[in-house]
Amino acid sequence: MKTDRDKGKASRGVATAEKNISLTVNGKPYELMVGKDVNPDHTLAYTLRETLGYTGTKIACDHGSCGACTVLMDGEAVLSCTMLTVECDGKKITTIEGLENRETGGLHPLQQAFIDNTAFQCGFCTPGIIMSAKALLDKNPSPTEEDIKQELAGHYCRCVSHYLVVKAILSLAEKGR
Amino acid sequence: MGGEYRHIGKATPRKDARAIVTGKAEYIDDMKLSGMLYGKVLRSPYPHARIKNIDTAKAEAYPGVKAVLTYKNAPGWMAGVPYHRPVLDSTVRFVGDAVALVAAETEETADEALELLEVEYEQLPAVYDMEEAARPGAPQLHERIPGNVFPRGFRSIGEKALQELVMGDVEKGFSEADIIEEATCAYENIPNPLPPEPPGVIATWEDPEHLTLYTASQSAPMNRNFAQPALGLVDIRVIGMQCGGSYGTKNANFIPMAHAAALAKAAGRPVKVYFSKEEHFNAYTLRLGSRIHARIGIKKDGTVTALQGEWFVDTGAVSEMAQVQVAVGLGETQLLIRCPNWNMQPTLVCTNRSPSGVVRGFGGQELNCALLPLITVVMEKADLDPVDFFKKNYMAPGAGFYWRDGIWRDYRGIDFSKAIDKGAEVFGWKDKWKGWNKPTVVNGAKRIGVGVGLHGNADIGEDESEANVKLSPDARAVVYSCVSESGMGERSALCKMAAEVLNLPLDRVNITPADTLVNPFEFGLVGSRGTYAVGSAVIEAAEDARRQLLELAAPVLGVKPEELDTKDGAIFAKNNPQKKIAWYKAMGIARTITGQGRFETDFSLCNCMIIFAEVEVDTETGKAELLRVVASTDCGQIIDPLVLEGQLHGSLGSAGIDTAIFEETVLDKDTGHIMNCNMIDYKWRTFADLPKFESIMLETPVESHRFKAIGVGEIAPAPGPGAVLMAINNAIGKRIMTYPATPDKILKALGRI
Repeated sequence: MKTDRDKGKASRGVATAEKNISLTVNGKPYELMVGKDVNPDHTLAYTLRETLGYTGTKIACDHGSCGACTVLMDGEAVLSCTMLTVECDGKKITTIEGLENRETGGLHPLQQAFIDNTAFQCGFCTPGIIMSAKALLDKNPSPTEEDIKQELAGHYCRCVSHYLVVKAILSLAEKGR
Repeated sequence: MGGEYRHIGKATPRKDARAIVTGKAEYIDDMKLSGMLYGKVLRSPYPHARIKNIDTAKAEAYPGVKAVLTYKNAPGWMAGVPYHRPVLDSTVRFVGDAVALVAAETEETADEALELLEVEYEQLPAVYDMEEAARPGAPQLHERIPGNVFPRGFRSIGEKALQELVMGDVEKGFSEADIIEEATCAYENIPNPLPPEPPGVIATWEDPEHLTLYTASQSAPMNRNFAQPALGLVDIRVIGMQCGGSYGTKNANFIPMAHAAALAKAAGRPVKVYFSKEEHFNAYTLRLGSRIHARIGIKKDGTVTALQGEWFVDTGAVSEMAQVQVAVGLGETQLLIRCPNWNMQPTLVCTNRSPSGVVRGFGGQELNCALLPLITVVMEKADLDPVDFFKKNYMAPGAGFYWRDGIWRDYRGIDFSKAIDKGAEVFGWKDKWKGWNKPTVVNGAKRIGVGVGLHGNADIGEDESEANVKLSPDARAVVYSCVSESGMGERSALCKMAAEVLNLPLDRVNITPADTLVNPFEFGLVGSRGTYAVGSAVIEAAEDARRQLLELAAPVLGVKPEELDTKDGAIFAKNNPQKKIAWYKAMGIARTITGQGRFETDFSLCNCMIIFAEVEVDTETGKAELLRVVASTDCGQIIDPLVLEGQLHGSLGSAGIDTAIFEETVLDKDTGHIMNCNMIDYKWRTFADLPKFESIMLETPVESHRFKAIGVGEIAPAPGPGAVLMAINNAIGKRIMTYPATPDKILKALGRI
């Protein structure tokens, strides 16, 4: 059986490398030192969760096949478990924690639509789905049902909240028309 | 729906909704305790081997490592009946079985230390087929399970636990039958329910007698209730975190709980054990394998006269409670088929693969799905419409059944015919059903077929629950109930029930964390028991609190308690609503009121789910595509329509309906390795592949509790696989008797390969 143990190997012997990675997360700038804050094998998902404390981003498969770790990078939905933090220098990241209105604390309309439609059950896949939905609506404010399904096709939801998720996003899409 | 109630029956935001959509909901991997170490498991590359030697010296000396455990120094805690599952053992019994444990300062250090462990194995012969395993001369897995066949019985569900289904006289029954058929059918794809969140536990010892567990469990208290005897009755406090999906698989969780607790004890610090997705695939709960050799006799009108057979149940290398699943399975099959003459003999077997365990469907889905192809054959021979057959045979008033404790119950619930008829009507069954082996539509190489399945469970009133409801003078209420949240919205449902009784706005009612230190006894959130069993305890506690409140108000208002009512934190005379006081005037500001409630087991009610499926089969490629599902139930009273709808949609998830088409764990029977142990090779339904789904939720009042409701969530997937297989068979005009109906099986049935 394969294990994740190979991950650890790469981290040895890089502690002396000195380079800063600049990241902006939810509008807040971070300077991360390679070898200290970030190892070359750290994924963006790991850095967000373990180093910076943005635990709203979930890791499920850790192999880029379930969508749970989706965040926005310069506005695009990306799988943060498949990106190395050292490759993200200068990037602007938005996580689920960055969706509320920073001044009023009010919810993003997508978050409200998910609440109104109970578009989740266990909620573990929800942050990733909301981030993909945001990327979609930012590009296309009035997607069709089919657009939504295609955009979310990489998101694993095992409770099967798919139908209520589509309904929640459609409720906003209709407002966008 | 919900017309007569203020909260019940209405769609209300889940109590944890804001936390979930903002990422603040705290799951087990989001939590860090001060000084917490990371526990990792060295896993066996072999399906069966004896550990000849294990050298831990290098791992122990590695900087950052705080504990290394092997079978030599692990605590002697044991699980299973009989005890056969230790924390660690000198024999490994499946690929992925635990060999050794390491706790270290970081995950990376723990992973690196695993590589420094030097293990010498002596490989042993392995056995993967359940019937082979039960034959004389087969490789033996456990000394305590001679012949690889588990002894019957499980005392905690009663001395007479249902371990065979014997009643009436099967020979007489067969002599009365017009049609008798015999077949071997199998539901042994051992799919993985695969919640998105892997299993995980954090364990910390306050002192040698007090263990605290933080767990991602759907039933946090089970960790205490089940593990306390195994751990020498130390005091276990369990705190349930937000659970990222369970579908039965995260309940008592002996492993990884025992691994985390053992490492924490050895290291003297808190330890988190959190599986990777690969470990989740290779070393965590699969569905039971189920195979029957059975014979059924029916009359031409669909009356079942006899059912006789052997039921082989494969639980993999170990089992925590499969005997209970066997008992519940034998119970649930009597709900599906009313028959006076039974002889169903189960054989529970262990084999050298990753363990099966508790999964949504809990034995019943496994048995009924295996039986359905055989039932299909007799229905066809008698030319019976399956909807009529199910309606005639499903549990109804006047009938009864032996439940898991081996005791007969007269059924006192509702007739589900209405839900069956309504489902058939919405689906358009009469138009689509063209008879057995006949497609509904033929469109070139593509053929559409229809099928129907049905399932029920009498565990909706299983086991005991206690709850308290505390009222405070500021007109707020707190429900004390040890219920975790794993997606069913039960914590919110319980708040709604209390708010309804107390006539408070919903935001005035809260619920305690699922913490066994704070809350009264709770069994756990299993078997759809939340609505009736847990709900009854909460309702009783709320009523008790309300009664005490009105008694305190009576002398202040000069009105008898029974003439008083309360709404929105005011108490008033029913015949003179102007005569009112606030709660705090009745209670004073330095007092709380606590009402108590308790529910005792009641197995005399059951639920019912019917699934109609329309499937298109491409006869050239063999691909089956699910086009449409109609799911119908009668739940007495809806608590929350959106939550219930979500539960019904769940029939597509958690190793449910798709186990008839593509979901399976593929075991290489030469090496014992799982071949599809990742989320690319293990197939799952995506947003882009959704069938049309219609939910029917009827509300015929049930004599359960004050709100006349029963739960139904657990069984949503169970009727699906049989319905889909039936639809495929009708589409292609050929019979497939095992699941899943993958393209190769379909093309073989069609004679194409």
